This record gives sequence, C-alpha cells and structure tokens, in this order.
Amino acid sequence: MTSDGGQPTLSVRGLKTHFFTREGVVKAVNGISFDVAPGEVLGLVGESGSGKSITGFSVLGLVDAPGRIVEGEILFQGRDLVKLREDELRKLRGSKIAMIFQDPMMTLNPVLRIDTQMVEAVLAHRDISRERALEICREALVKVGIAAPDERLVSYPHQFSGGMRQRVAIAIAFLNEPDLIIADEPTTALDVTIQGQILYEAQNLCRDTGTAMIWITHDLAVVAGLADQISVMYAGRIVEQGSVERVLDAPAHPYTAGLIGSVPGRNQRGQRLFQIPGMTPSLLNLPDGCAFRSRCPQADGTCDVEPPENRTRDGRLVRCVRPLVAQQTDGTAA
Amino acid sequence: MLVYFLRRLGQSLLVIAAMAVLVFIGVYAIGSPIDMMIAPDADQAEMEAAIARLGLDKPLWEQFFIFVSNALQGDLGNSFVYATPAAELILSKLPATLELAFLALVFAVFLGVPLGMIAGLKPNSIAGKTIMTGSIMGFSLPNFWQGMMLIFVFSVILRGFLPSGGRGETVDLLGIPVSFLTADGLSHMLLPAINLALFKTSLVIRLARAGTREAALQDYVKFARAKGLSERRIVLVHIAKNIMIPVVTILGLELGSMIAFAVVTETVFAWPGMGKLLIDSIQALDRPVVVAYLMLTVFMFIVINLVVDMLYCLLDPRVRLSEAKA
Repeated sequence: MTSDGGQPTLSVRGLKTHFFTREGVVKAVNGISFDVAPGEVLGLVGESGSGKSITGFSVLGLVDAPGRIVEGEILFQGRDLVKLREDELRKLRGSKIAMIFQDPMMTLNPVLRIDTQMVEAVLAHRDISRERALEICREALVKVGIAAPDERLVSYPHQFSGGMRQRVAIAIAFLNEPDLIIADEPTTALDVTIQGQILYEAQNLCRDTGTAMIWITHDLAVVAGLADQISVMYAGRIVEQGSVERVLDAPAHPYTAGLIGSVPGRNQRGQRLFQIPGMTPSLLNLPDGCAFRSRCPQADGTCDVEPPENRTRDGRLVRCVRPLVAQQTDGTAA
Repeated sequence: MLVYFLRRLGQSLLVIAAMAVLVFIGVYAIGSPIDMMIAPDADQAEMEAAIARLGLDKPLWEQFFIFVSNALQGDLGNSFVYATPAAELILSKLPATLELAFLALVFAVFLGVPLGMIAGLKPNSIAGKTIMTGSIMGFSLPNFWQGMMLIFVFSVILRGFLPSGGRGETVDLLGIPVSFLTADGLSHMLLPAINLALFKTSLVIRLARAGTREAALQDYVKFARAKGLSERRIVLVHIAKNIMIPVVTILGLELGSMIAFAVVTETVFAWPGMGKLLIDSIQALDRPVVVAYLMLTVFMFIVINLVVDMLYCLLDPRVRLSEAKA
C-alpha cells in the first residue's frame, strides 16, 4: 500500500498473538498483515474482542502474560521487532513508536505531577538537561492546545478533565517525535466536541511531522473523517482492507456491510436500528472455515472452508468466498 | 487545612475525655490495692488510715473528679508502689520502649516493602512464594514463642552470639539514656527489635504485595512502559509511590500499638520499658500507674494519627485538594 514506492514505516506480516490460558489457547490475533506508510493514517476497525488492541500492544512488545507473539514479523523501518531484545525494544518505545491509550483517566499516574511524567519520557531517550526537557514538554503542551502550560506542568492528573488528560497523553506521545503512533480508541471516553478537537489535532500533528498512525476504533465515523486506509478486523483476522472511500462506499465483506448498516442514519427515524445477528464467537474454539459464517446473511455451504485472501477488482483485500463486489478474475491475492 | 486540623483536634479531645471515664471506672472495678500494699498483720485502724491517705474512702465520682482536675494540671497521681508521680515513672521508661519500637519499625519498612514488592512483581516465582510463606509464619506463630526461639537460637545454641535480655550499655543523649548508640546496647536491642518487627514485617509484606500486584496491572504502568521508561524507574517511582499510601497509613497505626503494647516482647527479653512496667503495675494493682499509662497511650495514638494524616497529604495529592475544601 505504499503508493509512493518508498518503504512503509510499519509492515506487519502474518502476525499471530495467542493467549495461553487455563481454558485453552485464545487466538486473539490470528495471522494478520498490513502496512502503514509515513504520514498515513490506518484505521483499525472492529467489535470489542476482535483483536484490535492486542495488535497495537503486539507492535510495542507489550502483550501481557499469558499472551505472546507466536508467529509473524513486525517490520518497523525494516527491523523485525519480534526478534528484538527487551532493552532494544525499550529504546524504540516512546521514542520511535508511541502509544495513546483508551481511557485518559487511567493512563496518567495519579500520584506524580505532570512535569515528572512528561520529563521522564524525554529523559528516557535523550541525554539532555532537565531544564531543556521541561522546555520541550512545555512546547508539546502548547501544541495540543493546552493553555497556561507552566501552571499545568506543576499540576496533578486529578486536577485535569478527561479531555485535558487525553491531550496530555497525546502530547507525551508526540514528545520524542515518533515515526509511528498507535492510538487505541483515544477518543472513546470523551464527549463528541472534545473528540472532534482531538481528532483534528492528531491529524495536524501527523501531517506536520510525517508520522504514521494506527487509529484503533470501533467508530466508523471517526475512521471516515481521519483515516486513509482501513482494516476491518473480525475474530483475530483482517477481513477487509483498502482505502477508506472504497471500503465505506461499497463494502466487499458482509461483515463490513453489517458494521456500516449498524450506524444509525438521519433518515431512519422511527425504524428499528439494524444489528448484526448473533455474537462474536468465542476465540477459544473458533469454528472451521469463515468465523463470521454463523452471523452472515450470505453464508452457504461454500463457507465451511477457510476463506482465502482475495483481491477485488479495485485493489482491496477481502477474506470471503462470497464477497459483495466483483473479484479479480484470477481470484488470488497479488 | 487549618479548619480540618482544628476539627480533628476537637474530635481528639472528645476521645480523650471518653477514654478517661472508661479507664478510670474500669481500673476502679478490678479491686482494692490496699490488701497488696499493707503488711498482712496490720490492724483495722492502720488499714483505714492507709485507705484515707490514698483517698480511696471517697465515692467514685469524687475520686474521678479529683483525678480529672489533677490530670488537667498535668498530675496523673502518685504510684502506690514507688511513691513517685506515675507520669514521671512511665516517661522514665518511655525512651527504652521508643527506641525499641522505632528500630522495629525500620526493620518492618526496609524488609517488608522490598520483599512485598518482589512477591508482588513475581507472584509465581520461588522467591515470591517463599516470601509469602514466611509472612504467614510471621503472622501466625505466637509472638512470645518467636521471642523464645530467637533467644534459643541466637543466645543458647550460638552460645551468646546475641544477648538475651536487658538494655546493655547505655549512653546519655540529651540527658536520656539510650542503647542504640553503643555497640553493646545495639546488640541487646537486636533480638527484641526483630521479635517486635516480625509481625509488622509480615503485615507490610502483604500490603506491599497487594498494592504492587494492583498497581502493576494499572494502565499508567503500561503507559509508563509505552513511554520507554526503564523497568527500574517504573518499579521504584511509578509503583512504589502508589503503594506507599496504604503502607504509611497502616504503619502509623501500628507504630502506636508497637509502643503501647510491646508488653510481650519486653517481658520475654526483660527489656526495661513501659510494657514491662505496665505488667508489674497490674500485678501490684498500682492503679495510678495503670491509669496514667492508658491515658498516655490514648494521647500517643491520637498524635500519631494526626501525623499520619499529615503524611498522607504529602503522599497523595488528591487528599490535599479535598482537605483544602473541607
């Protein structure tokens, strides 16, 4: 998906992250591949439990036990993160790859002042004086639209509103000018007006610095406004991948179509809202063949086999034997 | 902050008043000290003279009134046994108990917090499990037995490696005799201090472990990792500061009980502190000393609680704010 022909910032190949629990192996991420180019925003969409967040944590090497990456490559600027030692990964975290978490009320340490939490992020990666680091933090706060940064730096997190805390978290993510930012539903816990501002600021920061971004969300409206590419995840796999306009205009996978259909529209007033029937299958014992089969209106006998990754005529990837749009005639992935 | 402080002070005075009533009536009920004090062959007239001299012939409320009005002037009565002021007698034993309790507190913190954090960070490792098993023993084995075993191992089997009783050599610090400044005194303190610390250490281990396990799962710790901080900084700053809040609270309360109820340890190790004095006074029905001891204990608990609350403010910024509003 590197239209400019350059090297993608991040290239994930066949990633599998499994959790080895007492009840069995949970295949949270089960063989996914995607690329993110510099300055590009990839929207990673799916229901709760589809493996979006685990994908993000896998890239950072922060998967909690009993989970671990069992297979695949995570090529970041050509280096395979899966093979890196912990101390090498630590040097990348926060400096080259940053992450923004879902709940701003929980991401800042309640007993440490903002300046402490920001300065340590700078000093962990750069050999500069505390004063200089503080100056960088001050500028970062201004950039995300926080007024009176000097006052804010000596405050504690509980003195901030949720939106303000998320701004601080975003400022921390951008502190060391990373090449990749993974944002894990960063606006879900915020109200709509704040959400709009934060999206706008995140987009600007990425454009200005050429930072690649993975925006994990279940909100299609956010993806429509923000992302360039979209990957739709279902039960640990990417079921559809392509440019935002094409995927949202004419979904090829029945699941994507269901997601889009579930968004309440203005002209559906008084009608019952559409929902995809059934529930996400337990990742402990996924059925053979297509995981979406039991909920899919298109499903028939041909869905019992593992669906291959097909390419549609307009260049999208879709993992379905009966896609809603025309496939390439040869039927195989390029 | 000042309003909060004054309100706390008012509550404290009420507690002292209530305790004064309870303690006085309670001690009055345990019996007359006269029989223990006069010679068995004394006649009725001598006995009545002794009762009148001690003021025990007056009704309870009058005795209480005299006690309170004297106490307000700083006089908690004279010991029946030693015929010296009770408060003075107790305070003369206080330094011995204080230094013992503080050394025990140091052990409890500097052993308990690191061990608890190790057990919390690696709950399934051999080290973590060993620490937790050890803390169960610290909890459940009786204090006096632990003391006797310490004496048995370090004084008997190891042939006097550490002394089994007494304060050893003392030096005067600001006019108060203390043991911890001499090598001999310190060696005498070691066993009783360990004995006194064992239970508290177990408690601190459990608190620190629970706190660490909880904090380690928090998003802010994961976020700290995502910032690329070293494991060392995450544990020593991000986790440690969060677990210190419950540890300080509990230790503050426990320090009071260590000072006030070092009775068992002091008896086992013949440590001439307040606890031993209390036991001796109860046995002799030396009423003023027991009352004065309990009153001083209540006073001490209240002061320690106030100090803990102030410390709490330093550790937890959220408390600072809500108190400022109160």
